[in-house]
Amino acid sequence: MKSKRSITTRKWTDRLVRAFSALAVALAVLTMLWIIGTVIAYGHHALRPSFLINPSRPYGIANGGIANALLGTIAITFGAAAIAVPPALLGGIYLSEYKDNRAITSVLRFSATVMMGMPSVIIGLFVYMIMVVPSGHFSGLAGSVALAIIMYPVIMRSTEDMLGMVPYTLRESALALGMTRTRTTLRIISFAARKGLLTGVLLALARVSGETAPLLFTALFADSWPTNYFGGPTANMPVLITEYATNSPFAEMHQAGWGAALVVMMLVLTINIATRLLFRGQNDGH
Amino acid sequence: MATKISARNLSFFYGSHQALFDNCLDIEERRVTAVIGPSGCGKSTHLRIYNRIFELYRDQRASGELLIDGVNILDPQIDVLELRRKVGMIFQKPTPFPMSVFENIAYALKLHFKLPRKELQQRVEQALRAASLWDEVKDKLKNSGLALSGGQQQRLCIARAIAVEPEILLMDEPTSAIDPVATLKIEELMLDLKEKYTIVVVTHNMQQAARVSDNTAFFFKGHIIEDGPTARIFTNPKQKKTEEYITGRFG
Amino acid sequence: MITVRTDSIFYWLCLICAALAGLLMLGFFVQLSLSSAATWREFGLGFLFSRDWDPVANHFGALPSIVGTLCTTVIALLIAIPLAFAAALFLVDAPPLIAGVLSHAIDLLAAIPSVIYGMWGLFVLAPIMQAHVQPFMVDVLRLHQLPLLGRYVGEYYNGFGILTAGLILAIMVLPYICAILRDVIRMTPPMLREAAYGIGCTRWETAKDIVLRYGIRGVLGGIFIGLGRALGETMAVLFVIGNLMDMPEDIFSGATTIAATLANNFAEADGLQRSALFALGLVLLLMSFAIQVAAQYYLHATSARRGESRS
Repeated sequence: MKSKRSITTRKWTDRLVRAFSALAVALAVLTMLWIIGTVIAYGHHALRPSFLINPSRPYGIANGGIANALLGTIAITFGAAAIAVPPALLGGIYLSEYKDNRAITSVLRFSATVMMGMPSVIIGLFVYMIMVVPSGHFSGLAGSVALAIIMYPVIMRSTEDMLGMVPYTLRESALALGMTRTRTTLRIISFAARKGLLTGVLLALARVSGETAPLLFTALFADSWPTNYFGGPTANMPVLITEYATNSPFAEMHQAGWGAALVVMMLVLTINIATRLLFRGQNDGH
Repeated sequence: MATKISARNLSFFYGSHQALFDNCLDIEERRVTAVIGPSGCGKSTHLRIYNRIFELYRDQRASGELLIDGVNILDPQIDVLELRRKVGMIFQKPTPFPMSVFENIAYALKLHFKLPRKELQQRVEQALRAASLWDEVKDKLKNSGLALSGGQQQRLCIARAIAVEPEILLMDEPTSAIDPVATLKIEELMLDLKEKYTIVVVTHNMQQAARVSDNTAFFFKGHIIEDGPTARIFTNPKQKKTEEYITGRFG
Repeated sequence: MITVRTDSIFYWLCLICAALAGLLMLGFFVQLSLSSAATWREFGLGFLFSRDWDPVANHFGALPSIVGTLCTTVIALLIAIPLAFAAALFLVDAPPLIAGVLSHAIDLLAAIPSVIYGMWGLFVLAPIMQAHVQPFMVDVLRLHQLPLLGRYVGEYYNGFGILTAGLILAIMVLPYICAILRDVIRMTPPMLREAAYGIGCTRWETAKDIVLRYGIRGVLGGIFIGLGRALGETMAVLFVIGNLMDMPEDIFSGATTIAATLANNFAEADGLQRSALFALGLVLLLMSFAIQVAAQYYLHATSARRGESRS
């Protein structure tokens, strides 16, 4: 045939693309390591016992720590879980177990999926209007509600997926034993999917525990211990990091910010990795 | 008749599992050679060595020699892109690319040749005619290749393979996913195509092998039990295993 | 009789809990519309096209925030999409063990909280941009002197601004896009890939001409997911965008995004300005909603086809 295309050129293009592919992976992984490494490098100095057990203090007062923010974050996050998990699980059960009205199911599933992609800052605005404005003050509880709204669709969808993996025969055999639908769902189906459900909840927890933007509109920040969870601004880690990093010119505060960032990052990554390992264990078991 | 392909002690491994054992086989030029045998006997595996498509998979490995026109194509020096242009392959299911009927063939052409628009169109038409598909699709060249019927899709794939001027066509159970009428068309097509191309067809259908092939090779558990002219294999097999298979005692 | 009652109570309980998703979705729209009503009354749709944000004169326009949001998002996607596609190609072809470890490593990028991206951007990336990357672009490559595109590069820099924000967003959305592209590539029927190799395609030709076309809807879905992430990201952008309520002149300009404007100004705002911020929130909500709908549309179609080809 007359004019053949050069195979050499095509092969070199292919090799070039393959090299670029490997480079892209290396770039992504190295950036990940770079970010984590930076946080460890700058943050580990701050990890003294006093830093972990003292509350935060305004600049100039010695021995400031992050204990109040850490407790506040734990309170806000678990508060969020307490609010979000029950309705999310029940909602997930509805999507997975009751197929009586396909239109409703698909509209709700769609809403949940769309909500999962909603910017968290909008959820902050929303909760500000429905909680902070009517009550007249910021509160840890408002922060919990905001995080709960983020968690809810995530857990609901993961619940639906996990329940969907339970074989249909299990439902039938439970019902055939004369168990009620409710009992079957709660005792048999949910029990069979328990690891998956837990995984969904933990991943959602990890995801919101580092969320910052909605807390700026709801929990805000305070240098006090988080005793005011229901009635006033409540200390928390992400907003502390933001304050120390952006609103302070002092190196000391920056260092405290890095320390706090390290603590949050370890928390989030630990939950994340541990959860994935747990779930993988389940897959191997079957 | 000249020998086109010659397998010399060809063995094949999936990881540590050996699937083919010292296959030796000569394939005549411009003839249809059928490869038959019970499923899992290695006939597709054997075929997939001819264009080195198995190399896509990390743990698959061939040893021995496969000579095409006297050149061992398993030699790493051999250019697989050029090899695959010369050795076209048709699969069990039709595999039209996600593009128009015209583009399906033009894409293959443009991959290997620099052609002016005019000539590209001519050659697409030629290929479609050669695959006796032109009359059916000449009004829907712009439609998606996936919109054709199964038999048409398979002939589109044949047209795509012959567009790039191959010498050999490998067909891996080309009619197993196609209805009987379309199957008949493809069988007729094979008889036409052997005027120009050397065809190796894997089939589980013995009637098909008898209808289309000049020579037949019988595979069993990775070994070539017997090969020779189809008429003789089917009427007067030398091996007991072949006879049992032909007469339908297993398989 | 009693069991039937329990069952129906439980059913309704589940339904109500699931319905919260729809109600909350609706609630966002209603609440943000109500809270921003004053702005729409005052400025009408002109709010979207006005460049001024002047709390003293009580005049507010959304254009700088919208343009900043779009610019950072576009830059993020321009960087992230090719990298994500290339990385996905590598991961799909790599030996399973290596691919598994590297995929998890990339997924970890998505787990790092955004405030940490912000800090890293502020203290690490921005100084590097200022000291090395931007001088290289201006003094060595002289990109600002390019015809046509040059005026969008800019000559003056300080490490912050649209490019830096876009870069951080690119890193943040990369894992989301990459994960979806990995699925798309894996979903291509093996026989179709073999057919492409069978006519003599290289790996790259197979990937771009066959796999990409076959999974184009999934690819679009993945891109929309990344787009949604980049559009609404707040903290990482807030730290490095420069927070200027002006129209950006070039990619080195300090600017703002809708999310950053909200986070930055909300505490001090009241009256009409607060309403204007809610109006910005509504704009962001509408953009995100449209993007999520598009993403689901494309991804849903893909999974539907996957189900089809399985049968």
